[in-house]
Amino acid sequence: MASPIEQFEVKPIAHFEIAGIDVSFTNSSLWMVIVVAFLTIFLLGGTRKSATVPGRWQVMVELMYGFIAGMIRDNVGKEGKQYFPFIFSLFVFVLGLNLAGMIPYSFTVTSHIAVNFAMAAFIFIGVTLVGFAKNGAGYLKLFAPSGVPLWLLPMIIIIEVISYCTRPISLSVRLFANMLAGHIMMKVFAGFILSLAAAGAVGMVGAVVPFAVNVLLTGLEILVACLQAYVFTILTCIYLNDAMHPSH
Amino acid sequence: MEAEAAKFIGAGIATLALAGIGIGLGNIFGSYLSGALRNPSAAPKQFTNLLIGFALTEATGLFALVIAFLILFSN
Repeated sequence: MASPIEQFEVKPIAHFEIAGIDVSFTNSSLWMVIVVAFLTIFLLGGTRKSATVPGRWQVMVELMYGFIAGMIRDNVGKEGKQYFPFIFSLFVFVLGLNLAGMIPYSFTVTSHIAVNFAMAAFIFIGVTLVGFAKNGAGYLKLFAPSGVPLWLLPMIIIIEVISYCTRPISLSVRLFANMLAGHIMMKVFAGFILSLAAAGAVGMVGAVVPFAVNVLLTGLEILVACLQAYVFTILTCIYLNDAMHPSH
Repeated sequence: MEAEAAKFIGAGIATLALAGIGIGLGNIFGSYLSGALRNPSAAPKQFTNLLIGFALTEATGLFALVIAFLILFSN
């Protein structure tokens, strides 16, 4: 029987090499392409014939738009509007990858720390640049909250700087660990079904229990997939808000 | 002690983080319920906040899982 970790293996489909660096087209890249292609068709197709009274498809696209627009309005404010394209593509991309991972025999791209950390690192660098561009040196006020007594300030600044620098790590590991743990859990319970069913007639009846658990877990994992995409996006919004309005 | 045995013990100890997560998750849902029962009309608006709190707390527990995996599978 396959081990529960085996599903995360990255397999090259077409082998490429540029200057000694392996840049193969893998199953990970394949699923990214599938998800991006699906999202492009979904979003463009829904808005192709924009009607005043929207059809079902257009309503779905508009709901997604409204959801992210509302999230940015609530968490970043009016000036956040210019970052809407970035936040929206981030949300649909992560959501698409998480949900595509729930299809049997598919590959969960977001269960790899390399992918998540690349996204989180670029968000971190981008947000820091935005902060300095908008506020200049005033952005450093983020590390010195107002109303803190002077003798406490050195310690607070150190803690704030550390917590600021661990943002990309916590942002990426949160998504990675959730997807990894959920998929391992499902495969472990699927393994229980097989090994119980192999144990004869009594085992067959007993195997109903892990099967039922796995059905519930699938529901939970779909919830987690949506929730983690939401959390990833809303934390990006919160970081962006810090960059726009650094004084606490 | 053999290194292999120490690995398993370490991975087991890493799961102790679950104690904190249990307290945290219980706190979140308990507080939400007691708040929701006091003022049911305000409850639906706070449901997304509940889910964010749940996701953030759960993730902290999963950090421990990552540590356990690192201990178990890294050479």
